Formats: sequence, structure tokens, C-alpha cells
Amino acid sequence: MMIDLILLICLVLAAFWAVVAARMLKAVVGLALTSVIVSILMFRMNSPLAAVFELSVCAGLIPVIFITTISFTKRLSWEAYLERKKEIFSRFWYLPVILVITVVLLSRYKIAADFILPQAPAVTDVRHVLWNLRQSDLFGQIIILLIGAFGVVTLFKVKQPKDKPK
Amino acid sequence: MNETAMQAFWFFGIFISLLFIIGVYCILATFNLLRALIGVEVLIKGATLLIILAGYLTGNTALAQAFVITLIVIEVVVMVVAGGVILWVFRHNGAIDARKLTDLKG
Repeated sequence: MMIDLILLICLVLAAFWAVVAARMLKAVVGLALTSVIVSILMFRMNSPLAAVFELSVCAGLIPVIFITTISFTKRLSWEAYLERKKEIFSRFWYLPVILVITVVLLSRYKIAADFILPQAPAVTDVRHVLWNLRQSDLFGQIIILLIGAFGVVTLFKVKQPKDKPK
Repeated sequence: MNETAMQAFWFFGIFISLLFIIGVYCILATFNLLRALIGVEVLIKGATLLIILAGYLTGNTALAQAFVITLIVIEVVVMVVAGGVILWVFRHNGAIDARKLTDLKG
């Protein structure tokens, strides 16, 4: 469908912007935009729960983590910014060429852009899958979340000087 | 899968493969650790979209959503821990450039 085509083109453009933007904050905005478009596509493909997760976590929480990390690093001077821009151009100019070649090669298959997506069968309850079929995964997820919390405490901690003046 | 489903798979597949290429190229071409992390994130986006597409076309949307929720949880933890490691590297080296990681022990 046409709207899917537009969304997919925007998705690739946002991802491209995320990897070539010279300022890291702009790159993070591009990444958040990518997540938003992926979540819209998920909504369109009858996966609302995953879409809400994607929208809230990948477009909300992960950019916050990135921005926090960026805010702890030092700001680029104007000269360093220009230098980085030049470096990115010299390293990434192959990428659009590779993307175009890939599209041309894959388009050799007979693909029509104006198809209608097939209707999926009635959606089974995702809660049933999560709670009844994948309990061991949930246990693993809880352990991974605890690891994440431990990582935040350990790695983002600011070191206090040992000899405090009395 | 029927003919229409195959067409839809190839149509989305082209764009998903572009996402994979962007992510892999970013990881390979950059020395900036944060930008490499963004490349990993783009790769994960492609994988997420592929799982959801496969679930939709085969009628297993519930299972695909369960997989994607697991993927997103792990993705967040990876990003948090990697962000912390990058911050740690910055505090020790004064830069997040992989070329400056030359004083590792061992």
C-alpha cells in the first residue's frame, strides 16, 4: 500500500540521518524518529502491544539514555564540529551508493508497490502467549532488568574523592 | 505463504535489508563509540520489524509481539550498560574514540 511505502522510505531516511548526523543529539533525534515510524508500522501490522512498547521504550527511554550519556561528555568546539563533518562525509559517502545498488539488485524481483496486505487471522491473546507459554523468558527478562539496574548504579556512579577535606 | 504474502514480504524485505546495511556500515565505518551504538540500534530496529512482519504474514502476531517485547527489554538493558561503559571510557580517556583505547591492560 502507498502509505506503507511512504512510511518505509521515511524509515530508511531517518535511519540514514541517525548515522550520518554530525551532532550526536541530532543523531539521537533521528533514532527516535526511526522508532516512531517502526511503531506506526507495527500498529498497521496488528501488533498494538509491541507498538506501544516500541513507542514508549525505544522512542522515549532510549533517547533519554543517549542524551544522558551525551550530556556527560564534553561539547564539540566549532572547529572540531567542522572536522567531524568532513570525517563523516569521507567515511559515509559510500553508504548511499551501497543502498542504491542494493535496491536495484533486490528490485529485480517482481515486486508491485500497490499490493494489499493480506488480512491476518484473528489475533490470539498476547497475554496468553506471554504468561502461559513463555514463563522462563519472563524469568530471564527479570534477571536482565536487574542486571541493567546494577549496570546503571555501577557505571553511571560519580566517583567521590578519597581524601575529603575536614 | 500465498502469493500476496510473499510480495509483501519482499516489499518490506528490501527496506529491512537497507536498515541492516545502514546499521552494519555504521558499526564498521565509525570510530565514535556512541555512533556505533546507534548503528546497533538501527540493526535492532530492522530485526524488530522483520519479526513483526513474519508474525503478521503467518498469522502469529501474538507470538511475534511476545518476541518483540523480550527484544525491547534486552535492547534497553544493552543500551544502558553500553552507555555506562562509554561514559566510563570517556572519564578515563577524555574521548569516546575507539582509536584512543590503546592503554587497555592484558
